[in-house]
Amino acid sequence: MANKNKNKTPEQIAYGQLEKKHELKRPVLKNCIRAFWVGGCICLVGQAFTYFYIYMFNFTEKTAGNPTTATMVFLSMLLTGFGIYDRLGQYAGAGSAVPVTGFGNSVVSAAIEHRTEGYVLGVGGNIFKLAGTVIVFGVFSAFVVVLIRTVIMMWGGF
Amino acid sequence: MPGKSQTWVFDNQPAILSTGVVGGPFEKNGRLVDDFDRFFEDLWLGQDTYEKAQQKLIEEAVQIALKKQNLQETDIQFFLAGDLINQITPTSFAARTNAIPYFGLFSACATSMESLALAAFIINHGGAQKVVVGASSHNASAEKQFRYPTEYGGQKPPSAQWTVTGAGFAVIGPAEENGPVPRITSATIGKVLDLGISDPFNMGGAMAPAAVDTIERHLQDMGRDPSYYDLIITGDLAKIGRSIALDLFRNKQLAVTEEQFQDCGLLIYDESQPVQAGASGPGCSAVVLYGHLLNEMKKGRYKRILLVATGALLSPLSFQQGETIPCIAHACAIEYL
Amino acid sequence: MLAMFFWAFVIGGLICVIGQLLFDVAKLSPGHTMSVLVTAGAILSGLGLYEPLVNFAGAGATIPITSFGNALATGAMQEVQRHGIVGVLTGMFEVTSSGISAAIIFGFIGSLIFKPKG
Repeated sequence: MANKNKNKTPEQIAYGQLEKKHELKRPVLKNCIRAFWVGGCICLVGQAFTYFYIYMFNFTEKTAGNPTTATMVFLSMLLTGFGIYDRLGQYAGAGSAVPVTGFGNSVVSAAIEHRTEGYVLGVGGNIFKLAGTVIVFGVFSAFVVVLIRTVIMMWGGF
Repeated sequence: MPGKSQTWVFDNQPAILSTGVVGGPFEKNGRLVDDFDRFFEDLWLGQDTYEKAQQKLIEEAVQIALKKQNLQETDIQFFLAGDLINQITPTSFAARTNAIPYFGLFSACATSMESLALAAFIINHGGAQKVVVGASSHNASAEKQFRYPTEYGGQKPPSAQWTVTGAGFAVIGPAEENGPVPRITSATIGKVLDLGISDPFNMGGAMAPAAVDTIERHLQDMGRDPSYYDLIITGDLAKIGRSIALDLFRNKQLAVTEEQFQDCGLLIYDESQPVQAGASGPGCSAVVLYGHLLNEMKKGRYKRILLVATGALLSPLSFQQGETIPCIAHACAIEYL
Repeated sequence: MLAMFFWAFVIGGLICVIGQLLFDVAKLSPGHTMSVLVTAGAILSGLGLYEPLVNFAGAGATIPITSFGNALATGAMQEVQRHGIVGVLTGMFEVTSSGISAAIIFGFIGSLIFKPKG
């Protein structure tokens, strides 16, 4: 908080304090409880699909992750397309945004929205509007982590 | 307050001759249902894109306002209007349709009063005989541009506001009847103020100082007490902005009472609608003024209103670049004389 | 099996609570929060801590977005073991391809059949 005040005039700092008094506080505990149970349920569904793929289609525990993820993304496409996921998101917050269904929702919602700009420039150009940052930072952080780990191992670390 | 007067006084008191107010499905479930001329059943209005739907809202509202006075587009000399969308394309495209010489305006949610103030000045000084003014907004086109795709499951905080899907337009000109009509008697042009708020989900908190500044300036320029007005109503400060403004009035020792100080963003929707802190958008103040407030004036409930439309002058880019939110408020005094 | 369901629920829920705290207390945007979580997944994976979590909590660890970071890092690490340092680049999307492919394919299909509802 302190460094946010760095470039502010005394009047702005004083107003910031006044504004804080009037701000409607976020119901943190309520939001966390909702995020917990909705997120947990989505993971339960994922677990059910994992076992389904293991026992019905002979996937192993390691390889069942792939069809499970694809199925969850498919479900999020349906929920997003039918206008349900945005309501769920308002209720559950991170409970619906953190699971891979949230990733699917961010991609599908952007695709659906930008169809009006055409399939090439609209859908194609905007589909990763929200999800792009996850992919970029996921890849880059994995790159850095594995690079560091590899270098350490080469020098007899592990 | 230092500096020259920011207020125009309109000696010829131009009148609001007729209005057209249209809304979307969400507004149809709100509290001011009887004060709209027409509602649309969905956000698309039979169009391919949200932006075209917003253009249709504008065209409909203008048509309704013209028809009430048996006017054609060719009877109108100027069209002053604006909206939130990039390069104000819905309004410009509607101006293409109605082919009235066009002033495209932008002051975000303060556009309604910016257009009314300029129109009143033009009419008052004989620059035109009839002018159409107004503002519009569309929930989905605004969300798409400023926030997230409409089907995205993002969680809005309690300070967020809901952009109105609606258009409010009016024909302004010298009064033609003998009886009392709503007239614009003065207007105060606001300065841009930035008190360091940077959260785009907290518009009310960002805009409150601008509203208070313009109200204070108006009262000073006119040498008036707040009690002159039956209603001092802001465009879209909503819950947080309104309570901050009341606090600021107290600090400045301006005798604005809680009862007389209202907000369009708090009037338009019902308690049960999920709008967090209240409504917003250029359409908000336009539909409430040209619909509900003028109807209340005609019923005799209000004689003198000061409408202070408030705008947050940010863009999605400015927010990403870490900028704070500069705001502005324009005020028009409307009296039933 | 029942134990796995229980832990999937609890661990998945807890990771979501961390995300919610990043939303509400740290006031981060969804984009920032997801980036933090996916980076955390990659780091935990590099430290060898994510695999045990997956064995313990199953979908509770594979469904949240953190597992995406884990999958990217794991893929890279596997390729490095097989082909040396170039594996950091070549192995990245090996394990996780289904998630991204599914998102693109279903996203595009979604845009073909659905209209946003506002």
